[in-house]
Parts: sequence; structure tokens; C-alpha cells
Amino acid sequence: MRALLALLLVLLSALPSVAVQPDEMLDDPALEQRARALSQIVRCVVCQNESIDSSQASIARDLRRLIRERLLAGDSDQEVLDYLAARYGSFILLEPPFDPSTWLLWGAPVLVLLLGAALLVATLRRRRAGEAAPLSAEEERRLDELLRGGPQ
Amino acid sequence: MPRLLVLLPVLLFLAAAAAFAVALLSDRRPDAIPSVLLERPAPALSLPALVGSGVPGIEPATLRGQVTLVNLWASWCLPCQAEHPLLMQLASRDELRVIGIDWKDKPGDATAFLARLGNPFAAIGVDESGRAGIEWGISGVPESFLVDRAGIVRFRWVGALDPVMLEETLLPLIEQLNEAGS
Repeated sequence: MRALLALLLVLLSALPSVAVQPDEMLDDPALEQRARALSQIVRCVVCQNESIDSSQASIARDLRRLIRERLLAGDSDQEVLDYLAARYGSFILLEPPFDPSTWLLWGAPVLVLLLGAALLVATLRRRRAGEAAPLSAEEERRLDELLRGGPQ
Repeated sequence: MPRLLVLLPVLLFLAAAAAFAVALLSDRRPDAIPSVLLERPAPALSLPALVGSGVPGIEPATLRGQVTLVNLWASWCLPCQAEHPLLMQLASRDELRVIGIDWKDKPGDATAFLARLGNPFAAIGVDESGRAGIEWGISGVPESFLVDRAGIVRFRWVGALDPVMLEETLLPLIEQLNEAGS
């Protein structure tokens, strides 16, 4: 029983931390759900690589409240994100938008894949081209000599 | 061709080293979040005055007509205290007006702070909730914005002002904005 409890404790401690406080939460579970989902894709501008959903920073708390206010005012999810991006730039979105300034960023995996494929094809071609031609009669004779340890 | 291929790791190393050298030696601050406000109108906010400070609050019109440095600060913020003498120095200049937004502060603490160190601000808007800070897109205090006569944000500085940036960046920019507007 104790072992089970200990295991449960370990498993629970592995859950992602959540910073949202009970007093911030909305009464409407559907809206609260949307607020949480949005909080998870909005970057905390202080901690920079944490979402505001898991950040304890006071400005993250302010942004969580702001998101809930916007949702209560009837904003769609996209309108809330646009509202934030108008003030903080797309930096505030943990997932950068796909626009001309980020084409290279999003395209990089595809580029690397293409580069790898090109290298692979080139290597295979070279290997095939380099396959040894059969030995000529003269070469066979020399090889026999060498193997027998005869004079060069 | 295979001979040259041997050099490839060396070339890759040199290219990487060059990229790192440029990144390290330049003044670029990777932690600085680019402001979307630059070259755009400053947020039109109405903020109540700081009671006891003797200066008015902030209205949208406060940011027009004169080159203005908007400083977001708080009494609990040590870098704000560090930059305060520079703000006092800037406030004594004719070509510039300095106004403050008191961010997430207790009014009593803020007035005590100004009584102790002097008040460089021609107007102070109180932002207890931090909502005005979000409108300005700040990540903390202190941050400073330079706004031209038309109310357009021209420059943003994250963190405390320092004498070097003042001489090299801020003062020339203020001069330039004043000339452009006259």
C-alpha cells in the first residue's frame, strides 16, 4: 500500500506544472477550457521559453487574466491571439506563424530532408559507377604471381 | 573532388566559427524582444495621476506636441532606482519631456520613492493592475520609449538607461526628432 502511494506520488510529480490559480479560473468550464488551451500556446515574456500556463511570473498571471477577460467579452480564440500579437508581436506565440519571415524556419526540415536525399542519391550513383570492372588477363596473371609470392 | 572533400569539415568549422564570432561580437541582444510599437502610434491610454506627486496623470493627448520619453518604473524595482539620476538629468533638458507610468506599485511607495530621489516626471500615470504595461508590450520594468511630437513611438529601451546609451543613442535621437519636427 505504501509502495503504491509512493508510486502515485512520483507519477503525480511528473505531471506538467500548472501556475493557474483557482481565483483566476472562469465559472464557465467551456470558457475556462479555451482559456487554458490558449494559455498553453502563449509565451511568457519574462521566462521566454515557458508558456504563461506554467509560468509563475506576475506578468504571466496578468496575461492569463487578460485572456479570460477577452473570452468573457466574446472574443474568438484567434481574436485573443491577435490582440496579444498586436502588443507583443508574434514572439508571444510559442508556435511562430507561417509568414514570409518564417518560411525558412518552417521550411528548414524539408530543406534538410531534400539535401539528405540528394546526398544519398549522389553517393549511391558514385558507388555504382565505381564498381570494379572484371580483371583483364594480364591482371589475373600478376595477381596469381603475387599470391604465390613469386617475383614481382 | 574527393581531395577537396577532406577539407569540408574544416570549411564547415570555419563557417560556424565565423557565425558565432559575428553573433558574439555584435551588440545584438538575443533576449531583447522586438517591439511591435516602433513606428506606430503610442497606446492611447488614460491613466490616473499619482496622488501626492503634484503632477497630472496621463491622457492620450499627453503624448503629443513634444518629444517625450515614457518611462515605465516602480518603486520596488532596483534598476529603476539605478537609472533615476539619468532621468533627473534628462528632465532638466528643454528639448525633452519625461513622463512616467508607475507599474504595479503601491501609490504610497511610489510617492515616497519620488520624495527621496526627486521627481523627473512631468506627468505620472498609475498602472496598478499592469494593464497599461501590457498595452506598451513590456516584459518588466524599467523600460523606456521615445515618442515623437506626432505621438509615434520611435525607440524602445529594455532595462535601465545607462550613460553610454544616453550619449550614443538616446540624445542624438532626441536631437534628430526635434530637428525633424521643427
